[in-house]
Amino acid sequence: MSTLLEVSGVSVTFDGFRAINNLSVQFAEAELRAIIGPNGAGKTTFMDIVTGKTKPDEGRVIWGEKNLSLLGMSESEIALQGIGRKFQKPTVFEDQTVRQNLAMALKNPRSPLAVLLHKKTKSNAERIEAIAEQIGLTDSLTRIAGELSHGQKQWLEIGMLLAQDPRLLLVDEPAAGMTVEEREKTTDILREAAKTRAVVVVEHDMEFVRRLDCKVTVLHEGSVLAEGSLEHVTSNQRVIDVYLGRSHA
Amino acid sequence: MQRSFIAQNPSVLWFLLALSLFTLGVTILSEAFGSGLISTSFVKTLGKTLCLCLIAVAMDVVWGYCGILSLGHFAFFGLGGYAVGMWLMYARTEALIIESLASQPIPPTPQEISDAIGNQIFGVVGSSEFPLIWAFADSLFLQLLMVVLVPGLLALVFGWLAFRSRVTGVYLSILTQAMTLALSLYLFQNDSGLRGNNGLSGLQNIPGFEQTGQATLSIVFFWASAFALGVGYLFFAWVVSGKMGSVIKGIRDNEARVRFLGYHVESYKLFVFTITAVVSAIAGALYYPQAGIINPGEIAPIASIYLAVWVAIGGRGRLYGAVIGAAFVSLLSSWFTGGGAPDIPLGFYTIQWTDWWLVLLGLSFVAVTLFFPKGIGGLFDYVFRKPS
Repeated sequence: MSTLLEVSGVSVTFDGFRAINNLSVQFAEAELRAIIGPNGAGKTTFMDIVTGKTKPDEGRVIWGEKNLSLLGMSESEIALQGIGRKFQKPTVFEDQTVRQNLAMALKNPRSPLAVLLHKKTKSNAERIEAIAEQIGLTDSLTRIAGELSHGQKQWLEIGMLLAQDPRLLLVDEPAAGMTVEEREKTTDILREAAKTRAVVVVEHDMEFVRRLDCKVTVLHEGSVLAEGSLEHVTSNQRVIDVYLGRSHA
Repeated sequence: MQRSFIAQNPSVLWFLLALSLFTLGVTILSEAFGSGLISTSFVKTLGKTLCLCLIAVAMDVVWGYCGILSLGHFAFFGLGGYAVGMWLMYARTEALIIESLASQPIPPTPQEISDAIGNQIFGVVGSSEFPLIWAFADSLFLQLLMVVLVPGLLALVFGWLAFRSRVTGVYLSILTQAMTLALSLYLFQNDSGLRGNNGLSGLQNIPGFEQTGQATLSIVFFWASAFALGVGYLFFAWVVSGKMGSVIKGIRDNEARVRFLGYHVESYKLFVFTITAVVSAIAGALYYPQAGIINPGEIAPIASIYLAVWVAIGGRGRLYGAVIGAAFVSLLSSWFTGGGAPDIPLGFYTIQWTDWWLVLLGLSFVAVTLFFPKGIGGLFDYVFRKPS
């Protein structure tokens, strides 16, 4: 499978603290991947770098078959390249309806003029309904997003990512604060999405990662500690020492 | 399309209906076309108030919908007033000069006329030369173009520099205050080319309509202001109702999220900032012929702060709220400061409203912010509950 995103030799320092240290990691098309690691391992910083929020001190971030560098691009340009991001805290537009939230995310021209003159079309409405179906919010399309439950907001945000039709989806702790049933549904949504695009899930919760049943990358102190199946990495002695051991300590 | 827009936004229809009825009512009661119950000067006050409502609507879009607390929109309002005032003053002075020189035995040369106009306009600041910025003053069309172009360009350049550097929140507010202050201070100078602190005056005399009385002119400008407010309201209601409204409200609520959705946030802010600046300028261009005079004090920083206060009291994020706030507070303000409110003698001290009105306004602002964040417009939510 061809490489979609290649991060190589990336380092970033905040006030002397090395959040990311010579990190190299690759993602293939239509791959589901979990990134785990203890607090401060650099998971969120890694996402910030890929999405353009943080500029690394050194290293390369190469995207797609044309081998574009993402480092010179702004957040919105990177998003338009096909990288979607879900934040740790559910961030949807609480004042607006579920439909408006999805409509805003839908893959359409993004210039102010195009948006100003935008007209509702049948095909857009169908796409919105298909996504609502996928995230289980069909009955809530006309509701104000602020009224949704925590789990529903998380799904809405995932739905917004899907509406963008990205080639790579970066998802930060999607299961945080969810009930067991909600987690199961979230797992299904993500695995379904990973059939057609790359999905990278940053997660804390081992149980959730086990359910995802995918390749796992373990981060520690800003670089890759181990990579492979969950069984493979959890039997790695260093992983046990720095990550799993810590929860018992 | 148009029908569905009105159907989705019934408040727009109600607003336009109310505005039309108000305009007709005032006309029927005016001196020029009706019973004369409303004096010409009060018609002018109402016309000016409609212009203030228009800039308040613009302010609501930039602040209430897009979350940019601009404290400098009165600079654009003033520039619009200056632009139209230059033509008014030039054309009227020219007419007067030609009339007075006509009785001379030798017909004056164009140079003599031009010198005499320059002397008349700029004598007050010790000059008789026409500054470069008056190059188009003899053409109404070009000067009306300036009403839109000058503030539009200023907003575009200022906004581009500010938004590109991602200046947001209170820092942006301070920057806009600095802009309007700098402009005001510059215009106060005698060599600014706009008559320093004297400003432009006699703007109520419309060249070509010398025979028309002020009573009729006041109604004409009143109608023009009402029309501009109606069109401006409709335009902004359309802008904020569709997908554009979704995106700019998204920027207000979570700028980063909108960015990660792939929208170039800076372009949207620039669009909103510039378009509202242009509408503010149009409001100013209609306001000052009714006020009769414009001077740099009009664009002092406090004016733009009042604008924000009107919108906050009226209710942010709903266009009719801005209209209510601007009309209510500015009319109340002229009642209090114009000696309309009786003084309150307390024995040991007499409360004179000309001094204490600002305190009352300040307290109301704090009270609204703390207890009624939705403002006066929020009352409508109790009356007409939206079906969820």
